Amino acid sequence: MNLQYIGLKKINGPLIFLDNVKGIGFEEMVEIRLENGSVRHGRVVEINGDLAAILVFEGTRDLSLNNTVIKFTGKPMELGLSKNILGRVFNGIGHPIDDLGPVYVEKYLDINGEPLNPVSRLYPKNYINTGISSIDGLTTLIRGQKLPIFSGSGMPHNELAVQIVKQAKLTGSDASNFSIVFAAMGVTNDVANYFRRSFEEAGVLDNVVMYLNLSNDPIIERLLTPRCALTAAEYLAYQHNKHILVVMTDMTAYCEALREFSSSKGEIPGRKGYPGYLYSDLASLLERAGIVKTASGSVTQIPILSMPNDDITHPIPDLTGYITEGQIVLERELHMQGIYPPIGVLPSLSRLMKDGIGAGFTREDHQPLMNQLFASYSRVMDARSLASVIGEDELSPADKNYMEFGRLFEKHFISQGFVNRDIKDTLDLGWNLLSVLPKEELDRTEEKILDKFYDHEKAYYRFELNKNLYIKELKKEEH
Amino acid sequence: MNEVYSINGPVIKVKNANNFHIMEKVFVGKKKLLGEVISINDDHTVIQVYESTTGLMPGEEVICTGESISAVLGPGLLGNIFDGIQRPLHAIYKQDGIFIKPGTNVPCLDMEKEWEVDLKVKVGDPMRFGQIFGVIQETSLIKHRLLIPKNISGDVIMVKPNGSYKPEEVLLKIKDKNDNIHEVTMIQKWPIKEPRPIRDRLSLSIPLVSGQRVIDTLFPIAKGGSAAVPGGFGTGKTMMQHQFAKWCDADIIVYIGCGERGNEMTQTLEEFSELIDPKSNKPLIERTVLIANTSNMPVAAREASIYTGVTIAEYYRDMGYHVALMADSTSRWAEALREISGRLEEMPAEEGFPAYLPSRIAQFYERAGYVKTYSDKLGSVSIIGAISPQGADFSEPVTQNTKRFVRAFWALDKELAYARHYAAINWNLSYSEYIGDLSKWYNKQVGVGFLEARQKFITILAEENKLMEIVKLIGKDVLPDDQKLILEIARVIRVGYLQQNAFHKDDTFVPLEKQLKMMNLILYLERVANNVIREGKAFSLLLNTNMFEKVIKVKYDIPNDNLDLFDDYYKMIDDAFGAIK
Repeated sequence: MNLQYIGLKKINGPLIFLDNVKGIGFEEMVEIRLENGSVRHGRVVEINGDLAAILVFEGTRDLSLNNTVIKFTGKPMELGLSKNILGRVFNGIGHPIDDLGPVYVEKYLDINGEPLNPVSRLYPKNYINTGISSIDGLTTLIRGQKLPIFSGSGMPHNELAVQIVKQAKLTGSDASNFSIVFAAMGVTNDVANYFRRSFEEAGVLDNVVMYLNLSNDPIIERLLTPRCALTAAEYLAYQHNKHILVVMTDMTAYCEALREFSSSKGEIPGRKGYPGYLYSDLASLLERAGIVKTASGSVTQIPILSMPNDDITHPIPDLTGYITEGQIVLERELHMQGIYPPIGVLPSLSRLMKDGIGAGFTREDHQPLMNQLFASYSRVMDARSLASVIGEDELSPADKNYMEFGRLFEKHFISQGFVNRDIKDTLDLGWNLLSVLPKEELDRTEEKILDKFYDHEKAYYRFELNKNLYIKELKKEEH
Repeated sequence: MNEVYSINGPVIKVKNANNFHIMEKVFVGKKKLLGEVISINDDHTVIQVYESTTGLMPGEEVICTGESISAVLGPGLLGNIFDGIQRPLHAIYKQDGIFIKPGTNVPCLDMEKEWEVDLKVKVGDPMRFGQIFGVIQETSLIKHRLLIPKNISGDVIMVKPNGSYKPEEVLLKIKDKNDNIHEVTMIQKWPIKEPRPIRDRLSLSIPLVSGQRVIDTLFPIAKGGSAAVPGGFGTGKTMMQHQFAKWCDADIIVYIGCGERGNEMTQTLEEFSELIDPKSNKPLIERTVLIANTSNMPVAAREASIYTGVTIAEYYRDMGYHVALMADSTSRWAEALREISGRLEEMPAEEGFPAYLPSRIAQFYERAGYVKTYSDKLGSVSIIGAISPQGADFSEPVTQNTKRFVRAFWALDKELAYARHYAAINWNLSYSEYIGDLSKWYNKQVGVGFLEARQKFITILAEENKLMEIVKLIGKDVLPDDQKLILEIARVIRVGYLQQNAFHKDDTFVPLEKQLKMMNLILYLERVANNVIREGKAFSLLLNTNMFEKVIKVKYDIPNDNLDLFDDYYKMIDDAFGAIK
């Protein structure tokens, strides 16, 4: 039953209010026809008796109380999908904008999705080889994981995302069955173009679906963009058995759109004015990743969010971190030193890696290497904070050794540029670096692993330690 | 007919209705969404809906049921996984596929399965609430003792012979004083927000041993006690809850994933099905009830999940079991309260949380206890609640209010987690008030030395904390040798004792006996080293013996089943330090 109403009661920000409506459903989609004949879209967000509040995605500019025709569609927002969406570009609410005409629709799906039954999930265990040492070695990305990049303005998160997409190799037989869903929320035209160009260069454009809501597009549309993208991703993964990597940028812009919507609805604000349900709302997006028992495809998410003022305790990164399975944190200090990718390895974490690494996945020494690198690198931080007080010269020989290890670790392991590094090389490099330290200092590692991988001589030559002042001093003291 | 009037997310209002009761269970709309009445006034009734309200229309019917939201208790709970309102996820998967659809209707327990019942009563026996009338082998680990439901007392007038029955078949008939006849089946319902009654609360005197050194030694929790585990994201709360669930010496584990990650719940489920309980050699899942309300499931059901879990825990307690309940995370539950409170437009208190937050937290933790049940057995419910404080700031309301009602506090630390020191429990911020109550048990069961050694450890760690203030300013080198030794011993304690590797076959669970031996060895090392330093020998010479590193690696090098190896280390220390010239 399609109901039509003429005239509005009130317009407030992105919301319009209708009087005397009957027979409409909560979260039902509506079409709004303006006086000039153009059509906009909206959604019922609150019903109070016969009064309905409708959120207009394209904004309420030029809307008037009279002569506006509201048509209720009788169903929640659905996205028409088929395999043909691959290679296409859509706007934030899923309408094609690439002049290639409408898509042939095989199936309509509710963009809000439904929660996956935990019983139907398969626990993700296969790692994705990104070719980036600090990710593969220390925060391994697993197929079916949601692993956000926490960044800040001016840092190379887009480059990193592109590099991951380009280099991402799936292990196993179905490596070719790989597609990308890209959702842009509130990013500039330049950024969107950068992604498109990069996909083109990588020769994957035919395997990419893009949903673009750019910074000059209607803000409220942003609330739908990730939902459209994820619905498409779920469709391709669970019905067509594809491995989907979803890149969503920038989640901060999404949250700001949600805040704007919430405040115009007159809701009680929570932290920093964001609505109290920000957590539930983000979860309804980010939880749409995983692998299910009934399909061989998977949905892996890499959301990118820029931390306002680089503050990781800001509500957006804070709540995101509680939902996602880890995070990759970019650090401005590393970036300033010209290190790319500037991944702060200590605050970065991958929760799913523990079951996706080791013998049979990467190599049996992966877990101990990772633990030891984290432990030793965090000792470097202690030494540095001490050095900042008493000066580096006054440090004890052991601390000086750690300072050197820290420098080498950042120079060789974290900093790698746009090189694609094999997992074996990453692990070997890690052991070489640890071998800069005296064997006794590696107190997290079992003897038998150390016996196999610790090789001070090799490190000595690889990093030319004989030219190194501190290590020389240390050697002298020993004699 | 009661009709939906307004809809705002999970909160709906019904106008001009007067036949509702507070906390009554209702079905909303055509899809029969589950809801609960949360406030009534003369004008309208407010209902929170436990499922997605998308597509719901004003004018749809709201059906009263006359009963509160209840847990369905009976055999078949163990090994199962439910959502927050106790819908069985396996059965839903079979019926609906990979997604959970609103209004899905599957019985909580498998009502077709037949159970072998051993009935323990005969005609004429007087029965009252909570008494055991029959036994079922629910899993190979656990005997399910059937209890008389509430409001039934009287004499047995009919009892079925032993045999196989379906859960809803009548097993007993009981005639009460007023000659009313009650039929008793295996199944009983209990309102989730009402604590199950007990005969007597007993004092807490036995620890819940988990094999996690930092907990068992420094901050133990008693059986029947409650503990809070606050920590920012990535500090290992979930990991710790898992470790505890796997290894603690409770009979039954109830694990609530409240606003948890879906993948993590799947992992829990898979892991528990595969992991073998070391004591019984049976899969852990046979003693576990899982409740999974992932973060993207409806928010009202998240609020209910905590109560559903604790009601099931109490039910098994009443059979005479020791139950450990893990709630991960209570912050998500508190946020669900806040979200619903916001939708009700209630006046917010601290940080937008409702003013009744402290009383709700108290009500939850007070359901822990070591008790004498109405079946005249001893049982306990221990509650371990994880907290996810916003921005890892422990001064926020959920952490602060929880602190008031729990007696063990395990503060997880970001710095430790960054250094991958797990369990990342910060020994300076954590505490346990149970240690006094448990001292008798430790002295008797583990040995008199245990608490003494513990106290020495605490002293050394406190001293290290003080010394580190100086080291941070001027460096370690300027300290005198005896103070350097304190720092080194503290490092041995931190790395060799407090840090524990959950992925190592011996280190993942350490019996108390080994814990004591490890402590004694470390303290012996400290004593001997101290003597050597007092003789005027340089600290660096001690370091060169490599004994400190050797002792640190004891946790890996001595297997749990060959503790005699400890004796060799005493000699090694004597020899190494004796050889210093």
